[in-house]
Amino acid sequence: MSRAAARRREAAARLGLMAVPVAFFAAFFAYPVTAIVARGLKADGVWQFGRIGEVLAQSDIRQVLWFTTWQALVSTALTLLIALPGAYVFARFDFPGKQLLRAVVTVPFVLPTVVVGTAFMALVGRGGLLDELWGLRLDTTVWAILLAHVFFNYAVVVRTVGGLWGQLDPRQEEAARMLGASRFTAWRTVTLPALAPAVAAAALMVFLFTFTSFGVVQILGGPTFATLEVEIYRQTSEIFDLSTAAVLTMIQFVAVGAILALHAWTVRRRETALRLVDASGTARRPHGAGQWALLAGVFATVAVLLLLPLAVLVERSFGDAGLGHYRALTRDDGGVFLVAPIEAVGNSLRYAALATVIAMVIGTLASVALTRRDAGRLVRGFDALLMLPLGVSAVTVGFGFLIALDEPPLDLRSSWILVPLAQALVGVPFVVRTMLPVLRAVDVRLREAAAVLGASPWRVWREVDLPMVRRAVLVAAGFAFAVSLGEFGATVFIARPDNPTLPVAVARLLGRPGELNYGQAMALSTILMIVCAVALLLLERLRTDRSGEF
Amino acid sequence: MLLSLEGATVRFGGRAVLDAVDLQVAEHETVCVLGPSGSGKSTLLRAVAGLQPLDAGRISLAGRDQAGVPAHRRGVGLMFQDHQLFPQRDVGANVAFGLRMHGASRSEQADRVRELLELVGLPGARGRAVAALSGGEQQRVALARALAPSPRLLMLDEPLGQLDRSLRERLVVELRELFGRLGTTVLAVTHDQGEAFALADRVVVMRDGRIAQSGTPLEVWQRPADAFVARFLGFENVAEATITADVAVTPWGKIPVPADAPQGTRTLLVRPAGVRLVPGGAGPRCTVTARTFRGTHVAVRLQPGDGDGPRLEAACALRAAPEVGDEVGVEFDAAEIVVLG
Repeated sequence: MSRAAARRREAAARLGLMAVPVAFFAAFFAYPVTAIVARGLKADGVWQFGRIGEVLAQSDIRQVLWFTTWQALVSTALTLLIALPGAYVFARFDFPGKQLLRAVVTVPFVLPTVVVGTAFMALVGRGGLLDELWGLRLDTTVWAILLAHVFFNYAVVVRTVGGLWGQLDPRQEEAARMLGASRFTAWRTVTLPALAPAVAAAALMVFLFTFTSFGVVQILGGPTFATLEVEIYRQTSEIFDLSTAAVLTMIQFVAVGAILALHAWTVRRRETALRLVDASGTARRPHGAGQWALLAGVFATVAVLLLLPLAVLVERSFGDAGLGHYRALTRDDGGVFLVAPIEAVGNSLRYAALATVIAMVIGTLASVALTRRDAGRLVRGFDALLMLPLGVSAVTVGFGFLIALDEPPLDLRSSWILVPLAQALVGVPFVVRTMLPVLRAVDVRLREAAAVLGASPWRVWREVDLPMVRRAVLVAAGFAFAVSLGEFGATVFIARPDNPTLPVAVARLLGRPGELNYGQAMALSTILMIVCAVALLLLERLRTDRSGEF
Repeated sequence: MLLSLEGATVRFGGRAVLDAVDLQVAEHETVCVLGPSGSGKSTLLRAVAGLQPLDAGRISLAGRDQAGVPAHRRGVGLMFQDHQLFPQRDVGANVAFGLRMHGASRSEQADRVRELLELVGLPGARGRAVAALSGGEQQRVALARALAPSPRLLMLDEPLGQLDRSLRERLVVELRELFGRLGTTVLAVTHDQGEAFALADRVVVMRDGRIAQSGTPLEVWQRPADAFVARFLGFENVAEATITADVAVTPWGKIPVPADAPQGTRTLLVRPAGVRLVPGGAGPRCTVTARTFRGTHVAVRLQPGDGDGPRLEAACALRAAPEVGDEVGVEFDAAEIVVLG
């Protein structure tokens, strides 16, 4: 087989694998987003790029940009400050209940933003726990948003940084100490440089999530605070100023693109030149007062910051009414919904299940294409493309679905399939990020050994790759399911009024006055939280010990 | 010829890792490719296996050109350097893998696995996890796995590389017996000359992607083709010399050569056994700079004359070995001197 023929065949195989994901992204991401941007910025077939300058000249828009940026920076800094000690504790200490605690801190990350918003509302909002106890309200301040962001992203730092930290060989530090470095110098000169790319990658992820924050800010920000994403939603659905929304979408697109490029670069650096060991061998029982105090501090942080809001949420869902709010969910009051709110549970589960299947098919094909040999620039571009839905305005995607997918051959506007499609779009990056590191870690020579023994490429995948990624596949499916379940920005546009999903129903209930609606929102959120937490705890039993990227 | 390579060339980024290699392997022959790391040995095996496409040249198996035939249809076996056993399958499933790929029935698989595990000396190991095997056991399982589908050509990449010395010496004898009994055609690569000489009917020495010499182990050992091969085989007394009649002028002085030696400027190899020490006697004066105990003899390193010429290695009997710092005279034995190239 000549080199050129082999390369052609390899390229053909990769193109075949990439075809479906690329078609999916073209039809359900690029096309709707371009369509809506064009709708906003094109007048009589001519692009009106002058609008960009006009929009940027508005002081309220500049305020939104400024707020979006600084709250994301502060949220990221706060998250690192609070979560890095946690990362250390999880990496280096061995203590009873560690597995359970690791699962518990991950729960917030998979919770729908709407639930997070609601939980903090119940904690620091009007009539919330702090209000009752000390008359303290934070929901009109930026603190509520910042705390909710820390709550949400604590796990990102603990997982990304702690995962790597646990795998760093402690003997490297010992070698430095034997050469005369003090304990701190050894840490600073050996561990910190090895850890820095992971810290940077985690920080960029947190920055990305908080920069594009929607549900949390929508609920806690009130009229005062708006991120870009919230402003896009306001411009699109309340003011109907599509051209401003289009400009804002483009700004967010550029910003997210830059963040993702930076992230990809740090991740590549992390992959190189580290000698990793099995994490289970590096943790020890804490000894000495200082280490126990650190452990206690992390426990206290987890209890106050992560568990308290969820506990308050559950408590509020009962309130004085006992099970009254839950009972009310089963009644069709003819007002907020056309159906009983409880039906949202069934809708959500159905949509999320289908979205998971779609995301798994697309994500698996993409991951396999990305693990094939001689990945060139084209493939790396493809890799980056897959991450984009994480950061491109979900509101824009949702609204884009409505205005772009309304004519043959893709006339789906009135079809329920739109919701799972939009949710799958957000799920794919998680699937790829979970499966890719595991697939890449499969030794190429194992595949070659199978090929030489007579296995065709398809059988090689089934016999060698699949058994190794089976657990990663399940974890990826779980992530996709949780993310789909919680998707709000796009779903809020495209879920039909008589078929709301859980987050949409919660937001609608919160948007209406009255004790009963508030109580029902808390009750629905509690149900949603329990579904997500159960899904995650099941997964945690399967979790591979490799440090994934989330 | 079962296997034949004609002008096989593989380039990595402009550098030829395999450079127009011609090689033939006959049926039932065991050929061992010997060379330092980076000489292109493993690439040669990968090219034959179909894992590495050629940039030029052709590879034929039993007369059929293999261009365009993917690895899994070539019907050759390859034992990888670090075995590459499938970690999540047990020993039996590893050995049965190739049989399963070729559509053997369950009972055929079971019979063959039992037969092969017995053959490699691991009867009853089929249910064991591969992670629980020692290095030597892994090597045996890898061999059984490669042999199971009865490949027409079995290739071994550093088959014994990671094992300790005594195990290696025992296994190499076992392998030779086994291949002889089964009539397997074998192409192995190694950097260890002892392994190559013990295993092979024919040794092929490679250097920088080219074949430097090919011959029986005895031929290669007795008449290295050039200075590179001689040095690679561990000979250190290699130098330029001008030969006139039966005398060569070398940096070590005048040395007798066989009467039929080619004339002119040549490269000369003096085997350590051909350097005889004569305490205080005639011949060039040398100082002993080091002595290394080698079991059957002592290797003595000598610095001739006033100390700026190339050193000389001599093999001498245990009792007769001089101490470091001693001054000795040397004589050369024409029978142990080879004119290279």
